[in-house]
Amino acid sequence: MTAVGNLTHEPVEGDRFTITSEGTGDTWEIVVGLEVHCELATATKLFCGCPNHFGAEPNTNVCPVCLGLPGSLPVLNQNVVELAMRLGRALHCTVEPSVFARKNYFYPDMPKDYQVSQYDQPINVDGWLDLPDGTRVGIERAHIEEDTGKNTHAGGSGRIHGADYSLVDYNRAGVPLVEIVGRPHIRHPEQAKAYIDELRAILLATGASDAKMEEGSLRVDANVSVRRVGDATLGTRCEIKNLNSLRSLGRAIEYEARRQVDLLESGERVHQETRHWDEAAGRTRPGRSKEEAEDYRYFQEPDLVPLEPSAEWVAAVDAALPVLPAERRARLAEAAGVDPTETAVVVAVQRDLDSLALAAIGAGGDGRRVLTHVEHNLAVEGAESLDPAHFAQLVTMEVAGQLTATQAKAVLTDMVATGKAPDAIAAERGFEAMDTSQLEGIIDGIIAESPQEWAEFCGGDDKRRGKLQGFFVGKVMKATKGQADGKAVNAVLEARRAAAG
Amino acid sequence: MTLPTTATAIAAAVRAGEVSAREVVDAHLAAIEAGDASINAFNLVLADEARAAAAAVDAKVAAGEDPGPLAGVPVALKDNLCTRGVPTTCSSRILDGWRPPYDATVVERLAGAGAVAVGKTNLDEFAMGSSTENSAFGPTRNPRDPERVPGGSSGGSAAAVAAGFAPVSLGSDTGGSIRQPAALCGVIGVKPTYGLVSRYGLVAFASSLDQIGPFSTTVADSALLLEAVAGHDPLDSTSIDAPAPSLVDVLDRGVDGLRVGLVSELMGEGIAPDVAGRVRQAADALAAAGAEIGEVSVPAASYGLSAYYLIAPAEASSNLARYDGVRYGLRVDAPTTAEMNAATRTAGFGAEVKRRIMLGTYALSAGYYDAYYGKALKVRTLIVRDFEAAYERFDLLLSPTSPTTAFRFGEKVDDPLAMYLNDVCTIPTNLAGHPAMSVPFGAGADGMPVGVQLLAPALGEATMFRAAAALEAAAPPLEEAWS
Repeated sequence: MTAVGNLTHEPVEGDRFTITSEGTGDTWEIVVGLEVHCELATATKLFCGCPNHFGAEPNTNVCPVCLGLPGSLPVLNQNVVELAMRLGRALHCTVEPSVFARKNYFYPDMPKDYQVSQYDQPINVDGWLDLPDGTRVGIERAHIEEDTGKNTHAGGSGRIHGADYSLVDYNRAGVPLVEIVGRPHIRHPEQAKAYIDELRAILLATGASDAKMEEGSLRVDANVSVRRVGDATLGTRCEIKNLNSLRSLGRAIEYEARRQVDLLESGERVHQETRHWDEAAGRTRPGRSKEEAEDYRYFQEPDLVPLEPSAEWVAAVDAALPVLPAERRARLAEAAGVDPTETAVVVAVQRDLDSLALAAIGAGGDGRRVLTHVEHNLAVEGAESLDPAHFAQLVTMEVAGQLTATQAKAVLTDMVATGKAPDAIAAERGFEAMDTSQLEGIIDGIIAESPQEWAEFCGGDDKRRGKLQGFFVGKVMKATKGQADGKAVNAVLEARRAAAG
Repeated sequence: MTLPTTATAIAAAVRAGEVSAREVVDAHLAAIEAGDASINAFNLVLADEARAAAAAVDAKVAAGEDPGPLAGVPVALKDNLCTRGVPTTCSSRILDGWRPPYDATVVERLAGAGAVAVGKTNLDEFAMGSSTENSAFGPTRNPRDPERVPGGSSGGSAAAVAAGFAPVSLGSDTGGSIRQPAALCGVIGVKPTYGLVSRYGLVAFASSLDQIGPFSTTVADSALLLEAVAGHDPLDSTSIDAPAPSLVDVLDRGVDGLRVGLVSELMGEGIAPDVAGRVRQAADALAAAGAEIGEVSVPAASYGLSAYYLIAPAEASSNLARYDGVRYGLRVDAPTTAEMNAATRTAGFGAEVKRRIMLGTYALSAGYYDAYYGKALKVRTLIVRDFEAAYERFDLLLSPTSPTTAFRFGEKVDDPLAMYLNDVCTIPTNLAGHPAMSVPFGAGADGMPVGVQLLAPALGEATMFRAAAALEAAAPPLEEAWS
């Protein structure tokens, strides 16, 4: 592969991540579709009664069914269907009559040497997920399938080739998964990360999964292609696997896009293939090549019957759905009179502080200020138990000039810790509202103490004045123990300078 | 006193305390010991286990407890039915040494009914075959003529009953594997409606076609055995959620007014004249008993064989993938996992199993699926439709079970197509999921038994058994050659 040194990139045209070739001057955009496997948080496995539990001793959560012993038969866990539908409906999918199929291939971690999955008739189809930045990413399908066991290869490189021996743990075999296949609507590595973040929030909100990337209960594969900006057709994609963190996801997409642009710019073709992300080396490597491409010989699983959830069941799932992150952002943004894509709104929902913020705004608190506090000053334990009326009162005092921003932050911290009302805390801390004449007196005293600096402040150039402004404000803050309102100090200084001039 | 020989009579006598289960079981074990060396019906005889189970039945009788409807009845189990702690081989080397940690649902139900398992019977490897010549443990011989095959794949279970080693046995029928050996050995064999008997613990050949059913020497015994094993099982998702049908109680209701159709596609070309003659004779017997006989065409049935040899191998290619040497059974070591898989499967499977795995793999392959497997599924739908149309006019259908009587060893084993044609009459019902049974009706020109097949719509077992009882009453002696 050639180096990527002749390429630059810059985020232009909004959130689109583009790569510009110095050689040709062509600008390329990234097209990404994500496939996410997540383990459903059921008590038992997909087709048997074994515990669905991470971290048990190897081969203890197994039975004839999940070991695929001869003669054993699968029985569908109804809770899997419930959780899969909950997720599907949260992703605005249609629940369709579905069937299970067998995906046939040999691998030691797969007890039956086929995986039971949904193929041409999945349970959830055609939905979407709205990213916090407003992008709508289509969801092609979200189908049910079984997980495999886990191989450990001893000796050699740690991979199956060249290992001295391999051990298989079938505890994970038969754990229920939902595979969520997103459409190629993502145009930026950061969007890919935001998609996973948002999906994780939905998985947690619906109780469908604990969605832990580090424990493997949420696994991400990225289909990456590139095309010249303006092209309507999609380029040839590569599927990137082994993405174990959001950081890996972002890095891998960026690396892979550059690799593909490099190939295309040098007149070569991108070969559709599976590639593995090597986190240490910071690059993708070819996995299974096209020549070895598997033919999975899908056919309908004859040991299971078609799955046709009743309209009543789907309606009950809908009725029980929690309010989802996108709707929570919209509600909060509307109440606060801001745009739902604002960071403060996104953060408020991520931290589960949106209901507090909504209640504070409802109690008369200024929306913008409420959000500012939530974003910057409430990343603390116990913030969610804050009394919304007290929060609103604090913001009102701040807007009225009774508290400075710095004071308000300090009071807020005490409110979270003690549960007391803001006026009581302000009184305890001696945060009296300083009237203008009192402030003027202090400033006049400081001016009198520093005639040299004052003269330079009044007569000097802008640069010098800027420096000295900091000098005077600092003195005032010191004299008032930080209780003076910075804006008011600046106003008095300006008035005095105008009078002196 | 002389020991009773039918399951019905044994159960009645044991329940009444007239004979002990132990006596009955000992007598059958003695018969096996004396005769099975030449028949080879059993892969494994469970003498100690059977004696212990019989003693437990006798203890219940002595204690005044209900020992179950099959109290003390010896039963032989096809060796593809899982038995807890007891080797289950499917007559294949690949399952060498494997002991299932669980009982098949039918095995559990039989034990619960007081039946006593006396052994595991021989079969064509993984139930693939029509002569029991494809067994890794050598062929089973037909007790009526040891130079001839017993049919297959449940040849061991059919021969065990025909030889008197057990009054009843269980087999499995994917394309005729109960009915064809029943016909060739001159016993009753029943393939129930798909889903009537749980498949849990039946080692799969072709999951959408496999069904467990009984062998017996009397229609009443098959009814008794089927009642004991049928009925919903939550462990099998394809099990029909309905109570087991009442069969024993309806046997004496006769066939007056029943409409019975002779399947014209299964009475002409390829059917031996003596076999066809016996079937017409059976139709006459039913007519004499009050049934209305007519002819019926089931056009798509002609394509049944072709569809079956795509669908069954396709499912088998997937079902048999798990025998890879990783977890149980045979392992032939090799440097890499893939090579170990290949070496194990090469050594562990016989030629017919390999042939079907290759056929099935091909039929499901990308680019061929639509032309083969997909087309076969459509044929299957047409067959169901044609049968449904036939059952609008008829309550039951009648045909030969097998085109010929029992053939000689080696006659067809090297000609797969000739062997496959043995199942031409039985396969369509498996594709439709309907019940059918074979009832002995005299012998052919060679003096070997002929079986006639009764076919019924889904869950039509009660009507089918009524007609079977009528045929049984009218049947010529088994030894009477056709002339």
